[in-house]
Amino acid sequence: MAATRIIYRRELGAYLRSPFAWVIAAVLLLVDGILFQAYAMQGEQLSAVVLERFFYFSSGVSLFAGILLSFRLLAEERQNHSIVLLTTSPVRDVQIVLGKFFAALTFLAVLLALSFYMPLLIKVNGKITLAQVLVGYFGLLLLGASALAIGIFGSSLARSQIVAALAGAAITVLMCFLFMFAKRLDSPVREVLQELDLWWIHFQNGFMRGVLNLKDVIYYLAVIYFFLLLAVKTLEAKRWQ
Amino acid sequence: MIRASNLSKFYGGKRALGPVSFEINDGETVGFLGLNGAGKTTALRILACDLQPSGGSIEVGGVDAIADAHEVRKRIGFLPEHPPLYQDMTVLDYLAFAGELRGMSRSQVKRRLPDVVEITDLGEVQEDVIGTLSHGFRQRVGVAQAIIHQPKFLILDEPTRGLDPVQIVEMRNLIHDLKQNHTVLISSHILTEISQTCDRLLVLGKGKLLGSGSELELAASESEIRQVTVTMRPPTGEDPKGRIRKVLEGVEGVKSVADPYEQGGGLTFALSTTKDCRAEVSRSVVDAKLDLIKLDYARSELENTFIRLVGGADGSN
Repeated sequence: MAATRIIYRRELGAYLRSPFAWVIAAVLLLVDGILFQAYAMQGEQLSAVVLERFFYFSSGVSLFAGILLSFRLLAEERQNHSIVLLTTSPVRDVQIVLGKFFAALTFLAVLLALSFYMPLLIKVNGKITLAQVLVGYFGLLLLGASALAIGIFGSSLARSQIVAALAGAAITVLMCFLFMFAKRLDSPVREVLQELDLWWIHFQNGFMRGVLNLKDVIYYLAVIYFFLLLAVKTLEAKRWQ
Repeated sequence: MIRASNLSKFYGGKRALGPVSFEINDGETVGFLGLNGAGKTTALRILACDLQPSGGSIEVGGVDAIADAHEVRKRIGFLPEHPPLYQDMTVLDYLAFAGELRGMSRSQVKRRLPDVVEITDLGEVQEDVIGTLSHGFRQRVGVAQAIIHQPKFLILDEPTRGLDPVQIVEMRNLIHDLKQNHTVLISSHILTEISQTCDRLLVLGKGKLLGSGSELELAASESEIRQVTVTMRPPTGEDPKGRIRKVLEGVEGVKSVADPYEQGGGLTFALSTTKDCRAEVSRSVVDAKLDLIKLDYARSELENTFIRLVGGADGSN
């Protein structure tokens, strides 16, 4: 775990030093705020509905942030040749991937925390519980963490950061629209694809409404585990190339 | 000791290295010499546990580098062709990060940093961000990260690549200092760099080991290397070239005498010899009452050896 912690510290420092990361954070928070003001707060609505709309828009922000914060993590190292420092040190590939993942997750959590003033406004002026807000944020974090894991996998595939970003974005978008493909298919493939959907089934029907389902939590953890494992295996395979 | 046996590496179906076998003793400075694409970088990356070989075995200090790569990585410092630097970090932060990655505690790193900065002469830029450094300083930072954990074995892949002449001399001096405490492996295609730095050479060509030994041993293993050039004033009388040639061919150690050419009012003969026989040549010339103008021991023996070895690998020799 020591190596994971050392890599985590460096990566988090890199985010904090990087204007790119802060620009991403600023732009996404701005977009989130505009969407909240323009659409979520429109008309007279129950405060619970306004909160749902906030999480609806924030889920997109979380997914975008996940991809944007992760695509460079391994591809940039390969492009700059700095990855050799990691691969020739007594560090396991899984420690490299985990250190980078948790650093990106921390930055994502900070980004999400900075949007907390919006549900706080709803709570001050309406009737929502803190539990509803926390469950929604937990969902945003899991959704963003899944996008991060997918992005890291994309980043492990390519030397080019653009290719890495496109690969991560393509997988994420595909997984977000699985439920639409599922509608056109027959049972049991339909049910299987629906359950694999990244956004509609597990976020919109659960976390977004303040409902905490264990199966949704397990689903997101499984997605994170699966794509991080793929990233580790890709790194291992690259040692042969 | 590093012991490689039947080491090979294939990229797809293409052979990049091997099978090659060699041993490197503790305290030696060994140069990997070869043209671009000869397999030097592949060999060094395998030795640094950065790349898995397709076949063969490597032992580093008695540890199997394939089965226990982690243990071997602790004993090796590696400067690849492109130094593995993080542009956004300061020199000190980067070196501390590299040290901790290699298993050093923070207090060990703190104690070691001043020594490393002094050895690599990075004092004036230690607080600077790496992205703002010149190429020469970046190369030094690359060396510093390779020695931060005091490895027994130091692997430097083209350490003078892209440096200006002054920086090359500085880097050469740095490598000379590092030889005191490390077993050093250096790759280069620059012959003078290798010949001035290394105790022993491994010559690679098209992935194969073409020769191994000191510069003199490699030269001696070659049968026709021009080592001595002799310039004489042409004697009067009939067939001056033939007279001189006869004298030179009679000198012990001279295997053949090339056709002479005129140079500075004299005739210059290039002699293929099996040893440095300048003394014998001068004695014979004086005994034959010929006027000696100039006598040189060929300084290009390594080039000759290298070209001959590599040419052999190309099948063009």
